[in-house]
Parts: sequence; structure tokens; C-alpha cells
Amino acid sequence: MSQQPIFSCSDVHVHVADREVVKGVDLAIPAGEIHAIMGPNGSGKSSLVSAIAGHPAYTLTGRLFLDGEEIGELEPDEKARRGLFLAFQYPVAIPGVTVGSFLRAAVSARRGQEVPVRDFRRELQAAMEALEMDRSFAGRYLNDGFSGGEKKRLEILQLLLLQPRFAMLDETDSGLDIDALRIVARGINQAARGGEMGTLVVTHYQRLLNYVEPHVVHVFMNGRIVRSGGPELALELEARGYDWLQPEATAAGGVA
Amino acid sequence: MSAQAALAGINADYAERYGFRDPEEYFLKAPKGLSHEVVEMISRLKAEPEWMRAFRHRALDIFYAKPMPTWGNTEMLSRIDFDDIHYYLRSTEKSGRTWEEVPENIKRTFDRLGIPEAERKFLAGVTAQYESEVVYHSVREELTAQGVIFTDMDSGLREHEELVRQYFATVIPPDDNKFAALNSAVWSGGSFIYVPPGVEVAIPLQAYFRINAENMGQFERTLIIADRGSRVHYIEGCTAPVYSTNSLHSAVVELVALPGARLRYTTIQNWANNIYNLVTKRAVAYEDAQVEWVDGNIGSKLTMKYPAILLKGERAHGEVLSIAFAGPGQHQDAGAKAIHLAPHTTSKITSKSISKDGGRASYRGLVKVRRGAHGCKTTVECDALLIGAGARSDTYPTMEIAEDDVRIEHEARVSKLGDEQMFYLMQRGLTEDQARLMIVNGFIEPFVKELPMEYAVELNRLIELEMEGSVG
Repeated sequence: MSQQPIFSCSDVHVHVADREVVKGVDLAIPAGEIHAIMGPNGSGKSSLVSAIAGHPAYTLTGRLFLDGEEIGELEPDEKARRGLFLAFQYPVAIPGVTVGSFLRAAVSARRGQEVPVRDFRRELQAAMEALEMDRSFAGRYLNDGFSGGEKKRLEILQLLLLQPRFAMLDETDSGLDIDALRIVARGINQAARGGEMGTLVVTHYQRLLNYVEPHVVHVFMNGRIVRSGGPELALELEARGYDWLQPEATAAGGVA
Repeated sequence: MSAQAALAGINADYAERYGFRDPEEYFLKAPKGLSHEVVEMISRLKAEPEWMRAFRHRALDIFYAKPMPTWGNTEMLSRIDFDDIHYYLRSTEKSGRTWEEVPENIKRTFDRLGIPEAERKFLAGVTAQYESEVVYHSVREELTAQGVIFTDMDSGLREHEELVRQYFATVIPPDDNKFAALNSAVWSGGSFIYVPPGVEVAIPLQAYFRINAENMGQFERTLIIADRGSRVHYIEGCTAPVYSTNSLHSAVVELVALPGARLRYTTIQNWANNIYNLVTKRAVAYEDAQVEWVDGNIGSKLTMKYPAILLKGERAHGEVLSIAFAGPGQHQDAGAKAIHLAPHTTSKITSKSISKDGGRASYRGLVKVRRGAHGCKTTVECDALLIGAGARSDTYPTMEIAEDDVRIEHEARVSKLGDEQMFYLMQRGLTEDQARLMIVNGFIEPFVKELPMEYAVELNRLIELEMEGSVG
């Protein structure tokens, strides 16, 4: 791969309180590529992406690069404005704040200037249509009383509007029925296939990867990437589960 | 920037925006301290009828006899020195009907506060009170033609004595509590409103209260009567300069909603942080009447205020919607009371509070259903938001239900300004300040949307200023 990656990280360790949950991870994701991280529950994959985004509960060591610049020391909002995006596994509700006003504030922050109301409305409508969302959505309070599927759809709506450089999607497929999954996948593909963005999909199951085909699959166990391969690796995991990789995970543990 | 630093600026610009002081130029200033002589002087100055003079003296005796409250923030209350307060101050000889008639220095004050401007824009009538007396007053002619009375309480007593006498102190008698007794003894100014049967006042009537002098007590007295099937919305705002010693504001507000009337009373209290704000507010709602208290408490050192509604007639409906913002050194002890005296009456209490950096907000509420008041419905919702270290929130809900056939819902929540919410918004590119403001604005949204537009904008601006970080 001669192309410079949009996002890369090296020797990333993550601690929660005193516990090490990520134990040395390296990644390099070029524009236009989709990487998938697959792993059993509790393997630390959500911790990895949350920590990269700068969640205050995690302490991260190691180096992070976005577009060739080191971003490890930046605050979460600075990372975001530079184009780092995390689609949350559990988006929080913020009562009293409408989806519309929140999105406009977020888009303005990302672009570094106020987006005129009228332009924004047009853009929002186009993105919502692509995700088959009702217009009334914009007037509802942010994630307040949303179903699981609605929350995930809203995350992808933000992905489309914010046009990040690098997007991390944390278990975006969980809690979705098959129709919603298809729509959400379409949104991810629309954003990812433009060739401008690098994408990291975190998932427990193969299911989403039927619709969002990854270039590279990383298997994540006990805080480490224990194996990387092509899309066929995901199918193998689907067929065989994770246990057969356990010796590799243990071995990797021994190396540290 | 740390969250603490960002939050340090609460009310930091109060002194600049509202806290300016005029030189004290007084036409008349009562000596400090409370006595029958002071009460007599106030009554004589106002050339009041005998019954009012007697009422004041009786109220003073009640004030002397009543102990201080033994609940609430007794520590702060105990610091009030009743002998160190001026109970009456008059800056000008009479109240102006046109803006030009108002003395220059006072006019400048209200100009700075935006009062005549607000009046031009959207008010049906406005009263401005400076210290003890109303200094400016105007009402749109079409309202006067419809028989609407909107004047200051002193003029109300002079010009509509029978009406005043019929209702005055019927909702809040002087022996209700110590501070109601105090107000009854030394009251001055306030608003008197009467809306005749069937008349709908479409735009809000407004009053603005300003304390300028140090160690001043303001004791305005407001009485609003909405006659059968009428409709009216009254709004008041208040500010004061910042002094090193405390001032006292102790108002009494009585609302009477006759059958089928709709009466809404909105306050945004933004007193300086050295004002004791001890206010008694109560409404009576007769059959099919609706009363709403919309009550915002941003300023003051200690506020004790529990707007009450006596639901006296069948199907009467009462609502209290309040927010309180308690910054460092402030205690907002606010709440609501709904007293169901008749069948099929309904009430809704929504209380929201924000405590920040050692500020304290308390909800104190009472819902009472009298035997025989069947088919009543009541909803109480308390929602507290804590920001920063040492912020405190307490709830003291009381329910006295003497009837089986009632529906009661009660919900109370306390939440901390959440790391998860902050992280979510910041992950979308909002700065820490923007994120915090968005969460707080969302929190008070149910309150803000009940305000007239101009007030909503002003309140949002106020909250924004309070949340803004002025570091160092």
C-alpha cells in the first residue's frame, strides 16, 4: 500500500481506571477503504474506538494520526472538527434539544462557519430522504424516546452530513431489523465509497458485512488484533466462531 | 479549558448589566427599622382609608407575634436584620403617565433595562416601580375603553376602593406567614389589575421592579382579578444593584380567577445575589377557571417562594411551571402548592432546577386533596440538574390526600450534567462551552417555550451569559 493512510495509529494502549483493555494496536486505513474489527463481546473493541475519539473515561497512550497530523493530544471536539467521527453504539438522549438545531450546530462546527438555515434545510432533507427518514424527525428531541433503530439511523444521518475524513462505526448494526440494516448500510456505503473517507466498522457479527463489504478484516481478542485478512476472514469467523483463534490471542498475550 | 473554569463566570456580568446604581436622591426616606410609627407614616403619606390603616397596624402586630420560619434555610434567614432596613423610600413626588414625566435618573435606569423599548414592542401596558413607588405607568387606550384596570396598587386603592376592599388580603391574609404579615404592614406599590367579564387581553401586561438603594426593603403588593370568562397574562421582571449589604424583597401576590377565567402570571426574577427574596404568591380558581404560574428564579441570595393555587370551583385547573438557577452562594428554595377543594379539579406542577458550583436548589411542594374533591387529577414532575462540584438539590414533596377517587402522578429526577452527553456533543465538534449550553438550554426548554418570544430570547441570553466561561 503506497497510499498514505487517512488514519493510522501505533502502539495504542487503553486503560479504564487501572485496567488495561487495549494492549497495543496498530492500524493504517487509507481513503476509500473499509476496515472491520470483529471480536467477541468484552474484547475491548468499543474501548478502542471510544478512546481514539477521546472519551474522558479512557486513558490512551500511543500515537494517532489523521491526514498525516498527530491528533493524540487533541480534545474530542478538535478531533471531531478535523474530521474524526464516531457513530455511537449507545447514542445518548439530550431532551429539549431538537435534532435539527443540534445537526446544524454540528455541521457548522465541522465546517468552521455558520451554515445558513435555508441551505442546511435543503441538505438535511436530501440526507434524510436517502435514509428514508420522516421529515418530522428534525423536530424531535435528540435521541429522546427514540427506538434503537431510530438512534442508529440518526448516527448515519450525521455521518452523511458531517462528511468526516475518518469514521468509526461502533456496533452500528446492533438493534436493527433487516430493513433498517439495509438502509443504514446504504448510508454507510454512500459515505464510504466516495473514496474520500476511511472507515472502521466495529462489529460482533458478520451480518452488517454482507451489506458493507470490508477491504480488510481484523480479529480483535483480549485487547489485541490477533489476525488480519481479507473479507473471507469474516465469513470464516461466522462459520467457526472465535474460539479457534483463542491460542493466537493467548500467544499474542505472551509476547507483551 | 476545564469545566470548572468555564463555569466560573456565572452571573459575572450582573454588575455591569443590572448592577449599576443611581445616586440616591430621595424625596422621602423612612428611617431604618420597623415600628408602628413607620407604618403610620406610610399610611398617612398615602392618605389611605381608615380600614387600610387599621389593617396595616394589625398586620404589624401579627408580624411581631409570629416566629421566623423554622424550616428552609434558617441559617440564611437568621441573618436578616429587620432593624437595618428602610421600609419606605420615595424618589419622586408622583408617577408619570408619559415617559417624559419620569425623573431623568430613573428614566435612564429603565432605559438601560430596556423597559420603554419593550413596551413599544409588545406590551399592552407597563408599570415601572422604583424602590417603594411606581414611577411610570401606561396602558393602551383600547384596554381602558374595555374597562380593563391596570394600575399601581396605591392608585387602585384610591380609585377603585370598593373593588380592592372586596378582594384585598382575601387570598393571603396577613396571618398566613411572617413575611406576608410584614408585607401587609408596610406594602407599597405593586400592580392592581381588573379584567371585566368576557374581556380577553391579547397581549401581556407588564411590571418591572427595581431596587436601587442599599438596605432597602421592597414590599410590593399585587392583586389581579380576572372576572368571569376573561383572559389575561401578566409578566413581571426585577433587578437590583449589587451592594455589600443585603436588601429584602418581600412581595404578596394575590390572583383571583372567577368562573371560566384564564389567568397567567409570569415572573423572571433576576435580583442581585444579595437580595433576600421572600415572596408569598397564591391564586384562587373558581369553577372552570384556569390559573398558571410561570416562575423563573435566576437571581437573589435566598429565594423562598411557593406559588399556590386553591382550586375552589369544579373543573378548575392550575399549573405551576418553574425553573430555578442556583449559582455559588445562592439558595433557591422554590416550589408549588396545589390545593384541590372541589371535584374534578386538575393540577400540574413542573419544577426544574439547575444547581451549579455549590449553589443549592430545593423543591418544596404540597399537593392536597380535600375529602369530597373526587375525580381530581394531579401531576408533579421535578427535574434537577447538577453542574460542577458541591452543587446541591433537595426535594421536599408533601401529599395530603383525603379522597380515594383521585389520580396522582409524581416523578422526581436528579441528574448530573453528564459526561456522556458532553462527550456526544463534543464528538460532533461542539466546544465544551457550546455543549454545556446546549444541554442546559435543552433542560429548560419546556419552560422557555411557555414564555412570550421576547422573554424567551432574553432568558436564553441570560442563561448563555451565566454559562459562559470568563476565565481568570
